[in-house]
Amino acid sequence: MTLLQWTILLLVAVVAPGVVLSRDPKEQVVTLSFYGLLCGLMFFIFQAPDVALSQITIGAVMLPLMIMLALTKMRRQNIRRKREAKR
Amino acid sequence: MMTSHAPYFIAAWIFLWGLYGIVTSKNLVHQVVCLAILQTSTYVLLLAIGFKVGGTAPVFADIPVGTVVVDPLVQALMLTDVVVEATVMALLLSMVVKANELAGTVDPEELRILTG
Amino acid sequence: MSSRSRVVLFLVSAAGLAAIFAWGFRDLPPMGDYRGPYGYALTQVAVYERHATDVVNAINYDYRGFDTLEEEFILFASVMGVLLIFRPAKGGKGDDDEKKKRQTQIDDDLPISDSLRVSMQGMAGIMIVFGVYIAAHGQLTPGGGFQGGVILASVPLVVYLSGNWRAFEQIISNPLVKIAECGGAAGYAVIGISALFFGAHFLTNIVPLGVTGDPFSAGTIALISLSVGAEVTGGFVLLMHVYLQEIIEERLGKKS
Repeated sequence: MTLLQWTILLLVAVVAPGVVLSRDPKEQVVTLSFYGLLCGLMFFIFQAPDVALSQITIGAVMLPLMIMLALTKMRRQNIRRKREAKR
Repeated sequence: MMTSHAPYFIAAWIFLWGLYGIVTSKNLVHQVVCLAILQTSTYVLLLAIGFKVGGTAPVFADIPVGTVVVDPLVQALMLTDVVVEATVMALLLSMVVKANELAGTVDPEELRILTG
Repeated sequence: MSSRSRVVLFLVSAAGLAAIFAWGFRDLPPMGDYRGPYGYALTQVAVYERHATDVVNAINYDYRGFDTLEEEFILFASVMGVLLIFRPAKGGKGDDDEKKKRQTQIDDDLPISDSLRVSMQGMAGIMIVFGVYIAAHGQLTPGGGFQGGVILASVPLVVYLSGNWRAFEQIISNPLVKIAECGGAAGYAVIGISALFFGAHFLTNIVPLGVTGDPFSAGTIALISLSVGAEVTGGFVLLMHVYLQEIIEERLGKKS
């Protein structure tokens, strides 16, 4: 295994706890997107281009998008609930 | 040689961190993302199983058919895995949003008290 | 159980799990030493048998096509699940409308910078072409239905980011999206069933295989790839529609 392959594996191993330890969901979306891009790069370096394409489009774009959409919807629900509680 | 087994340990390391995140989470959305991290540990494991040193990508568009390539079957499994991760996350997130609407909170501790 | 004791319990069991992993990984072949017979057999045979140069997609849509059919229906079922979960409750729709009219709308207006607007307008066209290219060349180069479908599903997002909300709303609430999703999912099964009419097993590759390296080669792999692309595009755009419908309607109501 070459140096590049070791580097990307260690990088993935270091960033994964980083995603877990960012407790706020808004922070975590950014870290998750970065992690998805790193995983896509890892697949590319290990000679798996199909999977790398899938991972980059889904793990770095679609998954953070869905999380952000869910967070938006929840924020609006909370605002509405507070307005009704005040009434 | 022990160093060549290291990717398997990296997969186990990521798995345990994902599990730690799920166990000590205070927010359901954070838990869902930690589940995604747990799934990526399976990608590392499958990648490690199928890799061959000196092999190239299993696409024969511009290389002759006899060249040494990495295993394509494991890559087909990984493709399925990535897509299923996205769909499972979509469904789980919609359930989290619904739980927030009905219970007003996304803290798993408080949600447990509200049942029953 | 308090959270501190839960963490301690987790650490103890994680140590046990790590020990089991270490014990199990001893017997696996080290990374880089691939021994399995199936990989070798497939790479020798796939290009000649199926006239497809991308062996991974040939496995996905032909040799193990049944698993991909399952996976596509997992995608379909989860999109349907999300739609069902967000369905408005019975009798709740009328009350909700009144409440929305009574209270002021949530002010969510974020100014979009001009550079973003211009660059996103340019990107939309390029991404459509790129997505269709990736989806149509699944049997030749890395890519295929899933990847092309997800790229196409991000085109409405780019339209949204360019500030053109009316176009975004027209794209995501078009009935063609639902037809694409259901048609794609059914198309895969129909292609499989049509093999039965020729006396072969389900999902056999019965379409003429063509020349290797041609965009119209590899028989049903190309057709299945296109139908999967349609389904994935429809599925993800529907998800966006479910989450963003309320916000978009409010924004358009404010503008007009």
